[in-house]
Amino acid sequence: MQLELRGITKRFGALVANDHIDLVVEPGQIHALLGENGAGKSTLMNVLFGLYRPDEGEIVVDDEPVRFTSPGDALAAGIGMVHQHFMLVPVFTVAENVMLGHEPTRRGGSLDLESARTLVRDVAHRFGFDLDPDAVVEDLPVGVQQRVEIVKALARDAKVLILDEPTAVLTPQETDELIEIMRQLRDAGTSIVFITHKLREVRAVADVITVVRRGRIVGTAEPTAAENDLAAMMVGRDVSLQVDKAPPQVGDVALEIDDLTVVDALGTRVVDGVDLSVARGEIVAVAGVQGNGQTELVETVLGVRSAVAGSVRLDGTELLGRSVRDVLDAGVGFVPEDRTEDGLVADFTVAENLVLDLVHDTRFRHGLALDLAAIGANARERIAEYDIRTQGPGQAAGKLSGGNQQKVVVARELSRPLRLFIASQPTRGVDVGSIEFLHRRIVAERDQGTAVLIVSTELEEVAALADRVAVMYRGKVVGIVPGDTPRDVLGLMMAGVPLDEAQRQAEDHPTVETLIEEGDQP
Amino acid sequence: MTALAPAQKPAEPLAANGSPVARRAPLRIPVLLGILAVVALGVFGFGAKSGETSTFAISLRSDAVQFDPWVVSVRPTTIALGVVLVALAAWSIWLALRGRTSPWWLLALYGLLWASSFLVWIVAGSSTSLVDLLQGSLLLAVPLAFGAFGGLLCERAGVVNIAIEGQLLVGAFAAAVVASVTGNVYAGLVAAPVAGYLLGLLLALFTVKYAVNQIIVGVVLNVLAVGLTSFLFNAVLKPNSSTLNSPPRLDPIAIPLVSKIPLVGPVFFRQNLLVYLLYGAVFLLTWLLFRTRWGLRVRAVGEHPSAADTVGIDVNRTRWRNVVAGSSTAGLGGAFFTIGYVGAFGPEMSGGRGYIALAAMILGRWTPVGSLGAALLFGFASKLASVLSVLDTPLPSQFLLMLPYVLTIFAVAGFVGRVRGPAAAGVPYVKG
Repeated sequence: MQLELRGITKRFGALVANDHIDLVVEPGQIHALLGENGAGKSTLMNVLFGLYRPDEGEIVVDDEPVRFTSPGDALAAGIGMVHQHFMLVPVFTVAENVMLGHEPTRRGGSLDLESARTLVRDVAHRFGFDLDPDAVVEDLPVGVQQRVEIVKALARDAKVLILDEPTAVLTPQETDELIEIMRQLRDAGTSIVFITHKLREVRAVADVITVVRRGRIVGTAEPTAAENDLAAMMVGRDVSLQVDKAPPQVGDVALEIDDLTVVDALGTRVVDGVDLSVARGEIVAVAGVQGNGQTELVETVLGVRSAVAGSVRLDGTELLGRSVRDVLDAGVGFVPEDRTEDGLVADFTVAENLVLDLVHDTRFRHGLALDLAAIGANARERIAEYDIRTQGPGQAAGKLSGGNQQKVVVARELSRPLRLFIASQPTRGVDVGSIEFLHRRIVAERDQGTAVLIVSTELEEVAALADRVAVMYRGKVVGIVPGDTPRDVLGLMMAGVPLDEAQRQAEDHPTVETLIEEGDQP
Repeated sequence: MTALAPAQKPAEPLAANGSPVARRAPLRIPVLLGILAVVALGVFGFGAKSGETSTFAISLRSDAVQFDPWVVSVRPTTIALGVVLVALAAWSIWLALRGRTSPWWLLALYGLLWASSFLVWIVAGSSTSLVDLLQGSLLLAVPLAFGAFGGLLCERAGVVNIAIEGQLLVGAFAAAVVASVTGNVYAGLVAAPVAGYLLGLLLALFTVKYAVNQIIVGVVLNVLAVGLTSFLFNAVLKPNSSTLNSPPRLDPIAIPLVSKIPLVGPVFFRQNLLVYLLYGAVFLLTWLLFRTRWGLRVRAVGEHPSAADTVGIDVNRTRWRNVVAGSSTAGLGGAFFTIGYVGAFGPEMSGGRGYIALAAMILGRWTPVGSLGAALLFGFASKLASVLSVLDTPLPSQFLLMLPYVLTIFAVAGFVGRVRGPAAAGVPYVKG
């Protein structure tokens, strides 16, 4: 089926999220919608899916104008969507999730679970993967949960499938499997709208690329376009995707983690005998799929979580067992992975957030009272230094865009002398322009001789920043490798494959993206 | 196949977490069982005077066939029960150390034996009727169970119903007044859920439509119900109590045949209509919630409303419907206080049972069967307190009246860490 968006405009107050967007999705086509976070891609798709109502414009399906007032209407019209944050009920089984909203029933009104199970198996088999219909969704790995989402859409005969940032949670190899599924779907006649900000993936899979910037379509591109050109269209200016960094001037070892073991509430070893060291003047990145113990590792170093065994020493002093305040005072800067939950107080102003862990400092207080003048002056300085786009120091931090929020957090943590800087997912949900800036700041901090520990699930980021990479899988460090290790090898290590085996397999089966990079279309 | 051979699949699925270490089940409950078993053996067993007996009547005087009462010599019985209890507790601890949780029947058997041991000890030297005790327990569980059903209907859809107390109260009031005016007890039985429904409309309006904090609205509605019924009682019912507040009561209905079974018959099948409605409600609700399309959708709305929304389920309409259905159910339970039990309405006669119903719902893990079980437990405690207060017991009667509330605290504190309610309960759903 052919899907057309004509002049779609969606406003939220003064903000124009979508500004007269025209888009045509042809049958059997993978149409990539490329744009930064906050460019309006998801808003557009939520309009298309009936979650938002457009202020102007119309949606046309096979030359018939349609009006969607709820997702139910969109589903009925053959539009399915796989959301960035999965829309699955965690305590339901796969079959229950798939049938929700169009449940088969037996006579008498009981649910017909058996035909739901059959449906799940049939759809999954058509695309060559297995799915246990009786597995409870919350027990499944994210990659499998995503397949449940896809099966859910296909089970309702979706002719157009919208995939909203589907690869954000996947390893490169899982991404490959997803790409294969997308191709099979396209060949079977399904149209796919693929929303992403990842340039490699777009080039690997898209038939048509539409670039969105600040709510407008700024152009279309061929999948063969160069990455730098696509990035420039997306951001609106030339950006350097590589971080220029000098070879590290490695000093003494600053952070030493020895045989660290952390157990969660259920008694599972979430960090399992980890040994890791970070020297002054180097960036060590902890790579891994989300949920393999990285979060717990850095939280234990900071002291918000306690360890059952091992030691964490900073310049020879033990950090374990000390309060978070002590650890911060010892010269540790910490950027938590979830800035809205843990990094900021959304209702506080930018100025307040910039001194959140500094208010005990005599710079910002007179005795027991806050020195509001100093806090304001500090805010103006940081806003200028970090180019934080805000209406002023008094604006609530929660109102800023993701990139600017992250700049607030990083600015605060780097505004005091540090011995160790820990940043968890420093650029998650951050626009390309801010990523570039934040990366440069992190490298600059390294060059001042601070030990830097980064946790990232994005291989691009790991490749851009790391001098050394520690890959974690199921709480263990699979291996510690140099920063320039090929991404295919890292990807396999992220799935638990040991280094030697990973190198061998990566040579035998390079991923699609790597092949494209080498100019070798599969 | 292309170069994308699935040979790159990891050997194992990517689990979110690492390998389990010597998993230990929580020891809290087994240790509590151990302490209580030692209490049972020490106080009820060895603490009992030797030679005393407890007498339990197991048939009513009105029964066609009379059975001899049960005479139990206290000390040997309680010591034997105490030993079994200690053994059960030891088994439970042993299981926990091996990483296994105790099976439910072990806990149920333990509870039954502990209660028996307590009963034999406390009745020592006098006699009581087992039939009366159990019959009364079931009867007193009625408002708690309907209240808990009313609560779970709302919470399963994501709305916390703190207003059960108020719904019980308006149900009791409406049932009394309508039954008095019409002279028809069944009209009262219809009026009670209607009153609950009206209160539910307010709850739904504020929590679903205007997304006001659900706890606050619930508390306010409780206060409103207390104020309104007390005012109407003083202003209208009291001066006209013979016409407006002397309702007929629901008579016990004996089910043919089964009501003749000794002990079981009078306890389960010689009750009033509300009790039979309760039997029906527990089956119906269980089936509806867990076996039908409606139930699946309701649970989805309570767990993950946006997931429900994206498959075309109208979240707020579902919530609205469930809130009024739940409130009506709780209102029906309110009828128990007047036409199902004492007759005339009295101010604040629900006496906090709405909150105990809430506890029963939590203890019953938001399921109809579990809620009924918890309600029976609380009903038993209430009935026991009133039966024992007329006996000459080693414990002061004021202490016994605390029993249901103490039990509530223990039950909720002991279980609350282990249960997980509907994830979205208490969170208003606002689109976009």
